[in-house]
Amino acid sequence: MQRRPILSLPTGALFMLPAGIFIVAFILLPFFWIAAVSFTNRTLTGRTAVNPEFVGLDNYLRLFDASRFLNSGEFGASLLITGQFVFFSAIIGQAFLGLALAWFFFNRKGWIQNTVTTIAIIAWIMPDVVVAFAWFAFLNGDGGTLNQILGFFGLPTPDWLLDLPLVSVIIFNIWRGTAFSMLLFSSALGAIPPSYLETANVVGASTWQRLRDIILPMIRSHIVTALILITLWTFNTFTPFLLTGGGPSYQTEVVSIYTYRTAFQFFRFGSGAAVGMVMMIINLGFALVYLSLLRTQRRSA
Amino acid sequence: MTRATRTPPSQAQRAARFVLGRITFYVGSSLFAAFFVLPLLWLTVAPFSTLANLDLRLPDPWSLQNFERVFENGFAIRALVQNSMIQGFGAMLLVTLTATLAAYALSRANIPGTTAITYGLVLFSSVVTGTAAMVPIFLMIVQLGLIDTHLGVILVFTGGLLPAAVFIMRDFVDSIPRSYEESAMVAGASSWRVFRDIALPIVRPGMMVVGVWAFVQVWGGFLIPFILLRDADKMPASVAIYSFYTEAGTPLITLTAAYSLLYTLPVLLLYLFVNWRYGFRFFGGIKS
Repeated sequence: MQRRPILSLPTGALFMLPAGIFIVAFILLPFFWIAAVSFTNRTLTGRTAVNPEFVGLDNYLRLFDASRFLNSGEFGASLLITGQFVFFSAIIGQAFLGLALAWFFFNRKGWIQNTVTTIAIIAWIMPDVVVAFAWFAFLNGDGGTLNQILGFFGLPTPDWLLDLPLVSVIIFNIWRGTAFSMLLFSSALGAIPPSYLETANVVGASTWQRLRDIILPMIRSHIVTALILITLWTFNTFTPFLLTGGGPSYQTEVVSIYTYRTAFQFFRFGSGAAVGMVMMIINLGFALVYLSLLRTQRRSA
Repeated sequence: MTRATRTPPSQAQRAARFVLGRITFYVGSSLFAAFFVLPLLWLTVAPFSTLANLDLRLPDPWSLQNFERVFENGFAIRALVQNSMIQGFGAMLLVTLTATLAAYALSRANIPGTTAITYGLVLFSSVVTGTAAMVPIFLMIVQLGLIDTHLGVILVFTGGLLPAAVFIMRDFVDSIPRSYEESAMVAGASSWRVFRDIALPIVRPGMMVVGVWAFVQVWGGFLIPFILLRDADKMPASVAIYSFYTEAGTPLITLTAAYSLLYTLPVLLLYLFVNWRYGFRFFGGIKS
């Protein structure tokens, strides 16, 4: 397997240098900066902007201050909201619907399949502010498309963004991001040797049996990849802000919006960085859990 | 899972199953299509309506007056045709070029642990980018004196998009056979010439996909320009769209809709182009 390399090590390093500089500057440095600033009381203006003081764990302790941790608009409440948002919109919604779509259109060609997947992809590539505006109109309490349809069938027509803000944001995020897992799972299904499924057909396996015994085991690693990426993206997404601004009364304030409010509305950079650190640690936790799932599955496979 | 005795299905059963399958397919397709298309329907007709309301109904009469009024807003138009373009193409060029070089090195030089490096970076970048990193990035851009410049926005986007771009690009480079490059090496070509004259033309489709992907990301990106820019003359369309909102934060519905349509058009056309030319899909390697 070992071949004479086409690039020598020094040339290879030279080729990687430009990308390396960007990655060090905009990914590694910010990480260490966040880590350092999160232990100070740095602000945008005033005395602590120039000479921030080391405050130890103060920023973290304030985040986890038990007396108001779960109060509306505080960090704990925001984490709970984010938990529901990620669980329902990413893990249940996007991953499940993406798999359902990929499976539904698997081995089917034609204009119907093309049209549906194209619309899903368009929903995924449209600019954030445009989809937010389209959904603002779609969900509008009186006269929005959704309530027009519900009203036509004689169903209740709530003012979605005021009465059911978190549900609205969750459905919005499912709509927005499903194309990614659909594409990923489609390419995974396409890689399954057709003979496996033909054999299953010959022995008379039901659809459910084929899904459970052949397809799911074979695309396990894709599922893990999709779950990691979708979870991380959903956890960090800022788009709900464009739809609800985090409101009404903090009901859709996911942690990315909480960070934004702390850091850029109040300009408390130290506290903002501490939130950022906690978010990163949670993100890393997610990634490690999924990766270890993958590893145990590989071992048992 | 009851394992009932399986007798071969009769002709009638098979026909019934076929019809049932067809019906399931059409009903299912319609439901999926409805879920994705309904939220967008209003946005596709509202720009042509003279009535400023959120009801879904066909415009009567069809009119282009909203577009005329949008074109009178010089700030928003400049944002769209100048600022978004500068930032989008700038980041697209930087991302594509640096990612291709890096991906080529990761694929063709015997650098130890390359797979771990690429996976690690993608993981790390999705962890670090986002609102969490906005504080240090904002401070760093201030210190570099790049606050309120196109360059600052382009550099920050490039840094955030690079790991995923390298990841996608490496997949492409790995899939090309090495034999052409090896023959050129034997003929005495330098590494740079092998890269420029042989590898580069072959990976061009990959560069197209990565470039379009980067452009779409920057084109739609809101938070980075929103935080790093102050001067109205440099704002991209994602921020300028709010010039069609009133002071109270409610949109002037018809104008915002018309501008949204104009703003979406470039990414839509790019997607259709790439889909037609190269096929928009993931390549086999995107898995752990």
